[in-house]
Order: sequence, then structure tokens, then C-alpha cells
Amino acid sequence: MSFWEYVGTRHAQLLTDTYQHASAVFQCMVLATLLGVFIGVVTYRSEWAGNLATTSTATILTIPSLAMIGLLIPIVGLGVPPTVIALTLYGLLPVVRNAIVGLRGVDPDLVDAATGIGMSRTARLFRVELPLAWPPILTGIRVATQMLMGIAAIAAFASGPGLGNEIFRGIASLGSANSLNQVLSGTLGIAILALLFDAAYVLIGRLTISRGIRA
Amino acid sequence: MPETPENAATTGARIHLENLTKVYPGNPVPAVDNVNMEIKAGEIVILVGPSGCGKSTTLKMINRLIEPSSGRIRIGDEDVTDMDPVKLRRKIGYAIQASGLFPHMTVAQNIALVPKMIGWSAAKTRNRVEEMLDLVGLDPGEFHGRYPRQLSGGQQQRVGVARALAADPPVLLMDEPFGAVDPITRDHLQDELIRLQHELHKTICFVTHDFDEAIKIGDRIAVLRERSHIAQFDTPEAILTNPSDDFVSGFVGAGAALKRLNLTRVRDVGVVDFPTARIDDPLESIFDRLRSGSHNELLLLDPNHRPYKWLRRGDLALAKESLARAGTPVQHTVTRDATLRDALEAVLTDSAGRVSVTGRRGEYIGVVDMETLMNNVQELLEADRMEALEHQHQLREQRARQTQLEQEGLEA
Repeated sequence: MSFWEYVGTRHAQLLTDTYQHASAVFQCMVLATLLGVFIGVVTYRSEWAGNLATTSTATILTIPSLAMIGLLIPIVGLGVPPTVIALTLYGLLPVVRNAIVGLRGVDPDLVDAATGIGMSRTARLFRVELPLAWPPILTGIRVATQMLMGIAAIAAFASGPGLGNEIFRGIASLGSANSLNQVLSGTLGIAILALLFDAAYVLIGRLTISRGIRA
Repeated sequence: MPETPENAATTGARIHLENLTKVYPGNPVPAVDNVNMEIKAGEIVILVGPSGCGKSTTLKMINRLIEPSSGRIRIGDEDVTDMDPVKLRRKIGYAIQASGLFPHMTVAQNIALVPKMIGWSAAKTRNRVEEMLDLVGLDPGEFHGRYPRQLSGGQQQRVGVARALAADPPVLLMDEPFGAVDPITRDHLQDELIRLQHELHKTICFVTHDFDEAIKIGDRIAVLRERSHIAQFDTPEAILTNPSDDFVSGFVGAGAALKRLNLTRVRDVGVVDFPTARIDDPLESIFDRLRSGSHNELLLLDPNHRPYKWLRRGDLALAKESLARAGTPVQHTVTRDATLRDALEAVLTDSAGRVSVTGRRGEYIGVVDMETLMNNVQELLEADRMEALEHQHQLREQRARQTQLEQEGLEA
């Protein structure tokens, strides 16, 4: 069976997997963004807290994803929970790091001006600091998403959702008629998804970054 | 603004700093040490001094961007030392170097920030934005929607001032606002500020390290030495004529008397009359006046009464039947608003050492010559000197009183 025939006969299953893959990455990315920006906001003012946040998220990233999911299974069981936890943790690093760098990079004179014209701390954060730090944060989210696309494939190891199932099935039945097609369709699906997400980020950037600071 | 007839702008409030001190932790020497200063309502006071003298720190303590370690701040009749700083700052305009505009907001959004924060309606805020842009000399239609990076340095600074004044605060703090623009633009901005202040009468506290800027803008100047100690606090005239010590005279720099000329206008020194004739007067009468009169020179005015030519007795030989070829055309005139420095410049370039003074439509008013200038300047300098001595005397007395009080306080 050629690759295209394979895709033709299995398209329903492939679409479901693709949808689940995208949905898992998207939801985990939303979680990682909220959590990451929050960690950045809480820690960027202090030298050591910021460094601690960056270092610990970087450490998480050094754990092989297969090992991480393996470690999570005894704690939270199989399926969706280990997938979501692992993906969110891996997505944190680029977001946290860029949030801290971005927030620290806001011109101190502007922070001074914001305070000087009578903005409260919260107003200053939401109206001046975060909007100005948003471009680097968005870049962090973009990098994290690309990374999660690949890592999400490993989730199938823990019976998680997504295109990883396709790949694992192929690897498990190596030598059989469709094994190569399975691996190929899973991999290509992930690549296409990654490109689509990236295009979406370009659009989001256009819509959310003020024209006054767009490069 | 027809819909806001109660548009009477808030004018300045008095600022009173009492024993204001800032000590940073870990540093035994205070950054600002016991500053006492009263800034009158509607006055521009310039804090000037070398870098690191604490002038910016002093300024930032007024809106409590830096919390004073001890001392009191009063604005108007209110003690604001313990007031909620966020509320306080909304009543104090704040303009900083390089404008401090938020680059991700448009000009209009920047200006609207404070009015929105204090709860003005959208319509009132919108009107105010247009009004402020007008006030600082920018066309609202054109600049409203622009982003700061689409403006020149001078335009950004204007918007910065507009933002500071948008909620009509009685007090305006300016921290080296024109430090980052080129000299020509800076000159314009300074003129603009002086014009604005004529309209608005805010209380302005302005920090700079440029003494020339200080004498140009300030009603009074506080020359600060390290730890914000006031070396001299007086009018620009008094400081120029009679610096209280070597530190101040070093800061004033060379050419104090010349700088002094910038501070007096031609209208203040009185112009002298000069015999005139009109160009359409009969030739005979002009000739007669020159030949017989006590004057050997006349100023010929054109039909619009504007200075046209200087005519000497010796020129008559050339004149014959017409005045077309006789006399020297008037090249320089000064208005009554010109500074004495401009007048001196004109007098020096004129071969006969005088310049005619004209009114708003260029009509002849009188003449300023070297002698008037000399006499007037000497009188001015003498008067300044007396005034400065008196102020210094007062300052010394005040200091002595304060020292005495402190000593008594220690003993008690």
C-alpha cells in the first residue's frame, strides 16, 4: 500500500489523532503561558528569584521526555494527566525566561514615568510593562510550541492522545506492511501542525503587538 | 471648548519643603540633607547643580517617587508627606528627559492616561487631548494617532509636556526635560515653556544642569551643591550679578554681565527720541532742519512710519533734488521685546552705534544707543547687586535661626 493510499484509508483516524495532538499542545501551551508569565511577573524584580525560576525551568528541560513521562505514570496514572503535566512543564522554560528578560528589559525611565504620572503597581504592570515585554514573551511561546509539538508525540508512550500513537504503532510493528507509512504519517502530521501553529503566531503577533513597537 | 465654560485652568499651588532629607541604607552620608525651600504659587523654580548633587532626588521626593527619610512636604495647604503616593502623583504633572512617552500607545492615548485614571468621561478626555495638543503647538488632526517613534525628539517632548499637563495639575515637575534634544530644538522648547507658563501660571519645579537654561526659564534659581545644600536661591539677575560664593560663580561661568543682558528687554530700559522726518515731507523742510537745527542727523521714516534711512548733513550734497541716493538705509531694527543683548549686538554692528526700536507693525518708537545701554546696564547691575546682598543677608539670618533651633533642640 502506498503512503497516499494509507492516508486515504486511515484519514478518519489520522484526523482524530491530529486534532487531539493540536488540542493537547494548544491547551498545555495556554497553561504554560499563564503559569510562565505569572512566574516571570512574580520573580523578575528580584535578582535571585528570577535566576532561580530560570534555572529550575531549565533543569526540567534537561530531563528526557520519555523519562519524565515514565516517572509521572506511577504518580498520576496513564493517559491525559501525565501528558498535560509533562507538556506544561516543558513549555515553561522559554516562556518564563523570555518573560523575565522582557520585563527586565523595559526601559527604567518608562517605569519611572508610569509611576510618576500616578499609575498603581497593577496598572503599571498591565498597561506598560507587560505590553512592552509582550514581543519577547510571544517569541518564547512560539519556541515552546514548536518544542511541545515534538514532545507531545512521546505522550503516546503513556497512552496519551495525539499523532505519537501513529508513530509508536509503526515502530512496534516494524517490518509489517504499513509500519513505515504509520511513522511517516505521524511525523508529517506533526510537521504540518507545527507550521500551521507558527503561522497562527505570526497572525497573533500582528494583532496583539502595538504598531508603535512592532519591528 | 464651548461646552466647558468653567474652563478656568487650575493655577499653581505653593510648595513647601521642610527639613527634607534622604538617607539611603548603607550610606551614612545623606543624598539630600535637610533641604528647606519655599516655591511660591505660579512660580518657576529651577534646581541647578552639578551631576550627583541630589537635585533630581530632591525633585522626586516632591511626588514621592523617592520617599523622604525625614522632613515634610506641603503642597498648597496640604501636608502630602503621608498621603497615598498614587493619588498624590495624579495631581502633580511629571515630565522627564527623553519625554518618557509609552512607545506602544499613540500620542492621544499617552495624553489621555491621567485624565482617564482620575475618572474623566471619554468625551471630556477626548476634548482635553485635542486642547493639550493645540496648547503645545501640535496639530491634533495630524498627531493624534501617531506613535511616539513617528515623532521628532522635540515633538515627543511637547507631547510629554502635554501629558504632564493633561489633568490640569497645579504643580508641574520637570526633570531635565530638554536634556536629550538638539540645541536649536531646546531653545524652541524653552520659549514654548515660557509662553505656556504665561498662560497657565502653574507652579513649576524644573531640574537642569545647564545654567543658561536656568537663567532663561527661571523666576528663581536654586544653585545646589552636593547633598542638595542650597548655595544660593535667588532671581537669575541677583545670581548673575552677585554670586554668593566661588561655587556659585564657578557655576555661573564666564560672561555673567553679558548673560545678564539676556534678562532685560528693551522696553525696560527706555528709549531715547531721535529727530525724524517723513520721506514724503517736502525736501526743503528736511534740508532746512538739517542745515539749521542742532542735529546733524535725521531718521527718515517711510509712509508707514517705519524707519527707512539715516540722513546726515553731509549726505545733503549728494541728495540734490531727491533723497533716493542719499543717506544710509536702516538695516537693523529691534522690537521692544528684544533683549538688551540683541540690542547691543545691533548697536555694535551699526557704524554710528545706535539702533532704532520699532513697534509691532514695524513703526518707529525711538532709538537705543551705546550711551543708553551703558548707563542702563550699570544701573541694572547696581540694583541687582543691592538686591542680592539683601537676599543673602536674609538667607544667612534664616540659617542662623535654623542652626540655633537645632542646637536648642539638641539641648532639650
